[in-house]
Amino acid sequence: MKLSILVYGSPNGSQAAATAYRFTKAALEKGHEIYRVFFYGDGVYAASALNTPPQDEQDLSSLWRELGEQHNLDMVVCIAAALKRGVLDPGEAKRFEKSAHNLSAGFTLSGLGQMMDASQQSDRMITFGY
Amino acid sequence: MSTTAKNILAVMRTGPYGNQTAKEALDAVLTAAAFELPLSLLFMDDGVFQLLPQQDTQGIGAKDLSATLPVLPMYDVERFYVEQSSLESRGINSAELILPVEVLDSEQVKVLFAESASILSF
Amino acid sequence: MILHTVNKSPHTSNCLQSCLRTLSDQDALLLIEDGVYAADNHYANQTEALGEEITLYVLKADVDARGLQNRLSSRFQVIDDAAFVDLCVQYPKTQSWY
Repeated sequence: MKLSILVYGSPNGSQAAATAYRFTKAALEKGHEIYRVFFYGDGVYAASALNTPPQDEQDLSSLWRELGEQHNLDMVVCIAAALKRGVLDPGEAKRFEKSAHNLSAGFTLSGLGQMMDASQQSDRMITFGY
Repeated sequence: MSTTAKNILAVMRTGPYGNQTAKEALDAVLTAAAFELPLSLLFMDDGVFQLLPQQDTQGIGAKDLSATLPVLPMYDVERFYVEQSSLESRGINSAELILPVEVLDSEQVKVLFAESASILSF
Repeated sequence: MILHTVNKSPHTSNCLQSCLRTLSDQDALLLIEDGVYAADNHYANQTEALGEEITLYVLKADVDARGLQNRLSSRFQVIDDAAFVDLCVQYPKTQSWY
């Protein structure tokens, strides 16, 4: 079955980001197709490549990146939510004349249309709120 | 897209300014409207506070959501529902709200949930 | 047929109460994260009073993490992450209370 996952919680602000990751991993292990993982609100913080938790703590940014690479996941970060929280890709950094960019590999910035598309194209959609 | 589209229920449960949720939920709703997706909005819990009149956000430096919500009917979003018990427990009269809402009791809210094809939980 | 998830403690949030008002027969309730505190047998009177046609679940990893293994109401089925995915497939829609 085709599932989409909406993630609204940041890795540090709530448990939601970790639960969403576990759910996605379990769904893939069961052979389901993940149509899209959409990061919105504070969920976008998971896409920062600069997150550097201590070694004995879970590094969700890396975990998502690795899961995304393994399964070629469409991991979309809402561009408006990301920009205002300082998560930028090279193109946006240039456009807004910022000195650095930090969008982690495997994530894509795009618009809320991708959330609506997921709502229409997926068999199931589940939200992990903060 | 709209002819075969799944109808969406957006559940708005947070007050307008304590965090970004109401603002970002409204952005999502406006996007759904721009895509001409069939859309209903249910305001419950503190979400009903989004609909109070006389919001003046100058003092807190936030964008006034009550100025944006009334544009939704111009995008053909016309199904606005509020949960009766959320209104009652907050002492709000539906006639004073900034959108023309239909008040639903809990049985009607259950039907609304059951009839939607896709839920956006905010 | 809706799967409702609640991720907040009933002691600090109205999520569970709002969920219970909108829960229909044939729906299911899954407690996750801090929501699992509502399955504690010292608190679960309200959920235990729900009709048998509403199935109640609690997520194992969150129960274990919080040391609630021996405090759970028997009305709740303890499920793992894979079974959470199964519920999401079994129920066409999910409403997340957070």
